[in-house]
Amino acid sequence: MSTEKESPLKKVCIICSKGSIEDVYAALVMTNGAVMEGIEAKLFFTFFGLDAITKKQMNKLKTSTVGNPAMRMPGGLPFPTLLGVLPGVEAGVSAMMKSQMEALDIPPVEEFFELITAGGGEIYACKLAMDMFKLKKEDLSEHVKGVLTIGQFYELASGDHTQIIFT
Amino acid sequence: MAQKEFAGQMVEVNEEGYFTNPQQWNKEIAVAVAKEEGIELTEKHFAVLEYLRNRHNAGEALTIRSIGKSGVVETKDFYALFPGAPLKKATKIAGIPKPTGCI
Repeated sequence: MSTEKESPLKKVCIICSKGSIEDVYAALVMTNGAVMEGIEAKLFFTFFGLDAITKKQMNKLKTSTVGNPAMRMPGGLPFPTLLGVLPGVEAGVSAMMKSQMEALDIPPVEEFFELITAGGGEIYACKLAMDMFKLKKEDLSEHVKGVLTIGQFYELASGDHTQIIFT
Repeated sequence: MAQKEFAGQMVEVNEEGYFTNPQQWNKEIAVAVAKEEGIELTEKHFAVLEYLRNRHNAGEALTIRSIGKSGVVETKDFYALFPGAPLKKATKIAGIPKPTGCI
């Protein structure tokens, strides 16, 4: 069976607009996966996604324990939303998720950025959202290559066989 | 099961060109496979290939992260040694199966 593709993907531009563990990691895994495949990859953070590249917040990402119907207790029983509002529960669940990811060799956010940039992937922040949240370039991780307007983002996304993915 | 000739030796490969029997691998064959991938092998390449084969023989899963942490090669240099898709290329040249992980 031939695995030849007629027109392989050349570039992906991935936008992450949310700051929960699962949203950020979905974008990180997709970006790193593209880099591993030899696909040019740009990762663009906007709105709450900026937490993932803000030095102060990037290592403290959480997953929401309220309003998440797919959340389960260990063992598979439903996770009551009322339990999720108790102090410490969100932190506990988030710590548990991180330890399970580590067991699968999924790196912490900052190390993930190292992997992505080592392979030639690029990470950007959204200028408008930065202004909104009163963030400066100095507040961001050193792995962030630049702060872009939406116009500049579309310029980056030019070329044949490019996909824009919004998560 | 397809067979392919590398450096005058017949090797069993799957449809993507990965070795189905890592025992058939040797350095001359690696040089020939690498040439097909557009890579001229150096000592540094062989150090990485050796490491990958050992890890595979130990039954461990291969990820770019673990290779970068191995002390054998930095992640950046791994990408430079096997440009494009390093893990896929390096495992092909090392005569071991294509890694199935996502990281």
